[in-house]
Amino acid sequence: MEVIESGIGALIQPPDMNAFREWNRTQKSRRLVDKLMSEQEAIRRFVYDGCYIGTELYGTVRCPMSLVREVLRQGFKGLRVCGQGVTELDLWLAAGVVKTLDITYIGLEVYGTSSALRRAVESGQVEQVVEWSNAGLSWRFKAAAMGVPFIPVRSMLGTDTLKYSAAKVVKCPFTGEKVALLPALILDVGLMHVHRADRYGNCQVEGITGFGFEFARACKRLIVSAEEIVPTDEIRKYPDRTLVPYYLVDAVVHAPFGSHPGEMAYVYCRDEPEIKAWVEASKTEEGARAYLQEWIYDLPDHQAYLEKVGRERLERLVAGRERRE
Amino acid sequence: MSELSYNPTELLICTASRLMEDETTAFIGTGIPMLAAALAQRRQAPNLVPVFEFGGVGAILEELPIAVGEARTFHKALHASGICDIMETAARGFIDYGFLGGAQIDPYGNLNSTIIGPQHHPPKVRLPGSGGANDVGSLCWRTIIIIRHSRRSFVEKCDFVTTPGYLTGPGAREEAGLPPGTGPLYVVSTLALLGFDEESKRMKLLKTQPGVTVEQVIAETGFELIIPDRVGVNDPPDAEELRILREEVDRQRLYI
Repeated sequence: MEVIESGIGALIQPPDMNAFREWNRTQKSRRLVDKLMSEQEAIRRFVYDGCYIGTELYGTVRCPMSLVREVLRQGFKGLRVCGQGVTELDLWLAAGVVKTLDITYIGLEVYGTSSALRRAVESGQVEQVVEWSNAGLSWRFKAAAMGVPFIPVRSMLGTDTLKYSAAKVVKCPFTGEKVALLPALILDVGLMHVHRADRYGNCQVEGITGFGFEFARACKRLIVSAEEIVPTDEIRKYPDRTLVPYYLVDAVVHAPFGSHPGEMAYVYCRDEPEIKAWVEASKTEEGARAYLQEWIYDLPDHQAYLEKVGRERLERLVAGRERRE
Repeated sequence: MSELSYNPTELLICTASRLMEDETTAFIGTGIPMLAAALAQRRQAPNLVPVFEFGGVGAILEELPIAVGEARTFHKALHASGICDIMETAARGFIDYGFLGGAQIDPYGNLNSTIIGPQHHPPKVRLPGSGGANDVGSLCWRTIIIIRHSRRSFVEKCDFVTTPGYLTGPGAREEAGLPPGTGPLYVVSTLALLGFDEESKRMKLLKTQPGVTVEQVIAETGFELIIPDRVGVNDPPDAEELRILREEVDRQRLYI
């Protein structure tokens, strides 16, 4: 197949499907092993400097924020990151721990562009930035989930988004039309937050699934945090709800309000004042540093974070949740 | 009727909302498209099916969502799915309209939401990036662009083409491999409603916004617009639209 066009962006994490198969054969147990551990242990065991790491879903929605904060607390750096990001990647960018980015969108949604992204990228502190569309990144996970090295799609064609990506354009051998080939993206470490999990890592979510299905299947190591740890019998009652089966998971962390200040569908709503506090603080480097100090580095763990947020405020977020009516 | 007072955001919302058709599927992004869709569901398009990229399909927009993944994007919805399914649904031709924005737009309706300046890295100004915009612009049947009108945003050439419009002109989308029969239909701006010439695929003025002259539109556009012999005037937001927007859709005045 003739390559008609090649994106000039770096392939930050080249796909190796045979190595991935071998990894899954040798490093992922089929046994039901108790994987429940503290956030400190989960992050310490599986995250490392320079690893390629991703988060699901995104900053204000079912996002593993408590794990994101623990990554900073443990001082990991030189991270290679992919992202659809709001507050989660903002925190990492503001802390200066991101070395390269496969980016689709990092911003503050209704509050506009991300000051942390602007400082980190415009200064050249983030060394490489490779562009993708939102579906593009999700389809890259899908390719990895399918166990194939690339996936043909009809997005990104004809644009600078493709030119500054690591995609390739070829002529389809069946139709003769041009298609974009996106390389599979296998994460060294994935962080994901779910509604409930058992101690073996069987995970269920409610509401939209985002890119959780594909993401969980594209990770060499998957750390899951859950609002609730349930007995396996509960999982077995509703197996149709299981998005992520245990054998994909390496660590299970109990993290009530783990998505705070983001929301968790049907459990609690987003904490608008806290999101706005970050929007304001992150406008300057000093402000961002002070916020990180106060809300992350000065606190020992997620429990202390929740105590600082305060029970009354958390109860208000629960009261404001979306309800099934 | 006496002249009602409204702000530019309300004008954009109302103009965009009127373009939403009943019993169609439409990709809705953060901000103005959400308000326009919520307004349209209460007016001419009660059966508008809002589609949100992270999985919400067919929500009833009783409460205004403020993020494309939040629970209100699947409030009383028909389907809570995921991004791959939604984008693949668009790729199979099920999504009629997509609403898009951007920092820059060129005469062919190409959009930039990635960087400002001549160099990709490090850039002069880093914007959020494509997000779902490129996919929406590639895979929906027709896109409608909502953007504030100025010489800074309406430019001869985008610093970066994040999302495809008609690219370099007639046939360019198909040549690039994008599905035939797709591309931008309208541009809703603070000064005008614009469309695209069938032949040249360049932007053309359709209607001015109330109180705006054709000369003003030309002066605020950084490229040559096609100006037809007859240019209509858009109806201003009416009292009922403004009431719904202010009292029902955006009670907390997050946007308007």
